Amino acid sequence: MEVFLFSMFNGVLYGMLLFMLASGLTLIFSLMGVLNFAHASFFMLGAYFAYQISKYVGFWPALVFAPLLVGVVGAAVERYGLRPVHRFGHVAELLFTFGLAFVMEEVIQMIWGKVPVPYDVPAALNFAAFTWRGLDYSAYRLFMLVVSVGIFVALFLFIAKTRVGLMIQAALSHPQMVQSLGHDVPTIFMWTFGFGCALAGIAGVIGGNVLGTEPAMAITLGPIVFVVIVIGGLGSLWGALIAALFIGIMDNMAISYDIALFPIFAMFGVEREAEGIMRDLVDLTTGGIAPVLPYLLLVLMLIFRPRGLFGTRDV
Amino acid sequence: MLEVRDLHAYYGKSHILQGVDLDVKPGEIVSLLGRNGVGRSTTIKAIMGEVEPQGSIRFKDQEIAGMKSHAIARLGLGYVPENRDIFPTLTVRQNLLLGQKGTRNAARWSMEDMFKLFPNLRERADTPGGVLSGGEQQMLTMCRTLMGDPDLVMVDEPTEGLAPQLVEKVAELLNEIAGRGLSILLVEQKLTIALKISARVYVMGHGEIVFEGTPDDLKNNESVRQEWLEV
Repeated sequence: MEVFLFSMFNGVLYGMLLFMLASGLTLIFSLMGVLNFAHASFFMLGAYFAYQISKYVGFWPALVFAPLLVGVVGAAVERYGLRPVHRFGHVAELLFTFGLAFVMEEVIQMIWGKVPVPYDVPAALNFAAFTWRGLDYSAYRLFMLVVSVGIFVALFLFIAKTRVGLMIQAALSHPQMVQSLGHDVPTIFMWTFGFGCALAGIAGVIGGNVLGTEPAMAITLGPIVFVVIVIGGLGSLWGALIAALFIGIMDNMAISYDIALFPIFAMFGVEREAEGIMRDLVDLTTGGIAPVLPYLLLVLMLIFRPRGLFGTRDV
Repeated sequence: MLEVRDLHAYYGKSHILQGVDLDVKPGEIVSLLGRNGVGRSTTIKAIMGEVEPQGSIRFKDQEIAGMKSHAIARLGLGYVPENRDIFPTLTVRQNLLLGQKGTRNAARWSMEDMFKLFPNLRERADTPGGVLSGGEQQMLTMCRTLMGDPDLVMVDEPTEGLAPQLVEKVAELLNEIAGRGLSILLVEQKLTIALKISARVYVMGHGEIVFEGTPDDLKNNESVRQEWLEV
């Protein structure tokens, strides 16, 4: 029971972290038609900024200023990078963000080096929030959960209730009309891009010290975020939420329970004493295949339901 | 109020507008008539900055050719597109709110005015715009543009696909708008309401203005009607 509860907690937490990246990515995609391959790089940038800021003034200012800085960098990338590229079409934009991801990784390595930086959990939150049947649950993880749920609620209220949120919703279907009513749509695009990057930045700030802040963190997480938005349905915030939670929980459950997959292979006639290629199948467990599960899901989704759970258009 | 001189526009390589001249004076209803595909919609899209214009477009004595469409809208030019472009997930009320250019409210029209003109919209104020009927959507589109307090409204085929009573209602609304001192540039294919409410009419053919005059002039000019309007 405690294993179930703890992996559930961790699964939700990982899922919310994924959602913070996926929500920005899917918002940018549905508004501007840009699949931002560099999105996870902004997550990484958030972690490094937080490391640098917290070195001088501590974690709490970093929690506020690192995402803001990432947002400004994101807005600048849209204004001076993507916008000029836009008139050459979506393929050019895609290639631009693809290149940008590598450039950002290289720049980060030049500044902070190739090895992980010592960005640690703040001392004030580095204790066990509760202990249950001998298992500790860290206060920092609880804090991450509170921040990510808070961001999620704020995001939905922002989109549904504010005037800018309404403009974003309107521009999803008729950007030209929004502009003809006197609203500066290019500027809305720029700040939505920056806002999406800032959301990824927050995930970097609160996740970087748990997952490790190093130059490969973008490459590690980036593809899974794409899986989330494809499964959820491109452009759907609710889809992104549900898919992120699902993948987060699935990942943690697969590792915690580590169930042997032999019975499944046995149905296909594989014997326990199999030799050669089959030998590897006998020992396979869910924990062993956990890293590939999201991609398996991605492939199945693309075959059977290309528009994802809540998407309105095919990928 | 609006002076268009030698307006050209292209879609790719095809030369759609080939030197259009037209004027709209303050408080005047002017109609731009012609068959499908002669460039009527392109003319107002070019004025609005949605299609790149070449030539001169002056609005309130300011050159607007080359400006971005949101800046043109903020000068007081309103546009009601043919395809209506209702924001489908937003409610009627939210659609109207987005018509306002700012949150300061000193406009000629309030939401209450809109609801008085069209009680249907009041009843459906909290309904998503996407589920309204065609007629209701047309009313909503016009009201949404009016909420931005324009001095000149360009309306593209407002009666298309509407039932006869609704066509009358549109004519009433356009008269009511003009009565408040606004200018209107109405684009129509059919002559029905255009001849009734316009002070002047232009007829377009193949990217140019081929006739300019009063509605009576047009009524008396059999050859123009036959060559450029009647199907």
